[in-house]
Amino acid sequence: MKSKRKSGVLSKIYIALIMIFLYAPIAVMIFFSFNKGNTIVWKGFSLKWYSALFNDRTLMGALGNTLIIATLASLFATVLGTAAAIGINNFKGKKRAVIQNVSNIPIISPDIVMGVSLMLLFTFFGVLFNFEMGFATVLISHICFCVPFVVLNVMPRIKRMDPSLYDAALDLGCNQWQAFFKVVIFELMPGIISGFLISFTYSLDDFIITHFTQGARFQTLSTEIYALLRRKIPPTINALSALLFLAIIIIMVLINLRDRHEEKIKNGR
Amino acid sequence: MKSRKLSIPYLIWMVIFTMIPLVMIGVTAFTDKDGHFSFEPFINAFQYTNVFAKSLWIALLSTAICLVLAYPLAYIITKMKRSTQNTVIMLMMIPMWMNFLLRIYAWIILLQKNGPLDMALSLLGIHGTYIGNTAAVIVGMVYEYLPFMVLPIYTVMSKIDGGLIEAAQDLGSNSFYVFKKVIFPLSIPGIISGITMVFVPSASTFLVSQYLGGTDDIMIGDVIDKIFWTDQNTGAAISLVLMIFIFIFLVIMNLFGDEEAIA
Repeated sequence: MKSKRKSGVLSKIYIALIMIFLYAPIAVMIFFSFNKGNTIVWKGFSLKWYSALFNDRTLMGALGNTLIIATLASLFATVLGTAAAIGINNFKGKKRAVIQNVSNIPIISPDIVMGVSLMLLFTFFGVLFNFEMGFATVLISHICFCVPFVVLNVMPRIKRMDPSLYDAALDLGCNQWQAFFKVVIFELMPGIISGFLISFTYSLDDFIITHFTQGARFQTLSTEIYALLRRKIPPTINALSALLFLAIIIIMVLINLRDRHEEKIKNGR
Repeated sequence: MKSRKLSIPYLIWMVIFTMIPLVMIGVTAFTDKDGHFSFEPFINAFQYTNVFAKSLWIALLSTAICLVLAYPLAYIITKMKRSTQNTVIMLMMIPMWMNFLLRIYAWIILLQKNGPLDMALSLLGIHGTYIGNTAAVIVGMVYEYLPFMVLPIYTVMSKIDGGLIEAAQDLGSNSFYVFKKVIFPLSIPGIISGITMVFVPSASTFLVSQYLGGTDDIMIGDVIDKIFWTDQNTGAAISLVLMIFIFIFLVIMNLFGDEEAIA
């Protein structure tokens, strides 16, 4: 019994150490976001970097671009990926294996190789059809690495679904589309949602692929910070990190509350 | 539902945006500046053999450290109450949601000269530089990718049937044997998947070494990034070699585990 308690304490210490490792850098950034001075020497409390941040048009614009790209890319990828998963599910044997392996290429291949290869493609098309890389090419690239995640998340749901549900809907007078939107889609929903969320997260976080496909003028948050890191970093970045962290915490708590609420409803039944 | 038609848009998409770009990399890698077939890009790529070796070494060390840190962590988490488990996993994920560049920047602040770590350690009388060396790069890598190691191992471990563990105990195994004969073998798919998810990005990433490492810690990703803007052919050749290395690595990993663990 005694050794068990001892190992329990050790476990707690271990988890605490890992958490310190994970959160110390973030805590330091948040701390310095309230610094009056513009170095890492503490000069007193101030909120001036926050107001500087909100007045920084380039950073705010880049943040806006990031959110737009993430929303559009993950929506588009979810639609394309869900349709693809249903279609691929009807292939059998070797054909299906080939399709799935090709679909997994963007997940397996290193980001930098994907970025470079898409850049080659876009410069080639750019010369051919006379356009420049920018918003559209970044969006397409993000869709590219998001779709495979949607396919991977939706596929198991299709396999687990009872096919007679779809047949029943048809028997009851639905046409194919109605059967899909009134019955099938609800069965697939958990997979669709997690595919969407993973896509959104990856899109928000991406730097490497955006870096190669952004062109001359279009900036997302990642590429904007990259540009800043090459010069002297303004402390507004600390304020930005602190706010992002706060936003993430709020979203996480909301998701958690929703999950608990759903669990309660389930248990109540 | 029975129709394959729904996958047609994605099949076309894959051909244009996955297959053709890869073919283009292959073609570019075998072309010289004048557009003729040539092995010149690969000959140029040869000067970076050392960088290549160093990148693989850094990636290997980072992956090993992640595994050593993550395995006990995943095990401890599975022993907790269900609700605590979810909270701890959530706490592991939150830093991943911060932007990739902000996470690196945070380490620059933390490790820099006269930074918080330097200050704290000099109070104890320890002086040193903590940034601009290989160790800093590895710390950065472990920070970036540790959750990718914890999550798959945790997922696999939490699915282990409690009945198996009880059965082993009933048959007289002590906790060490339960671990060795039941938990460890059943967690191997998670380990394989974790190693893949950490090794591939850490071997190919760039920026981490640029900002945290010294001048000789430059990695293959940094080289591709630097070269590609001026010499696409050599850049493509290095990318192709990197891709082949990663592919061989995945095949080897595949031999250890089943296919699902990789995806």
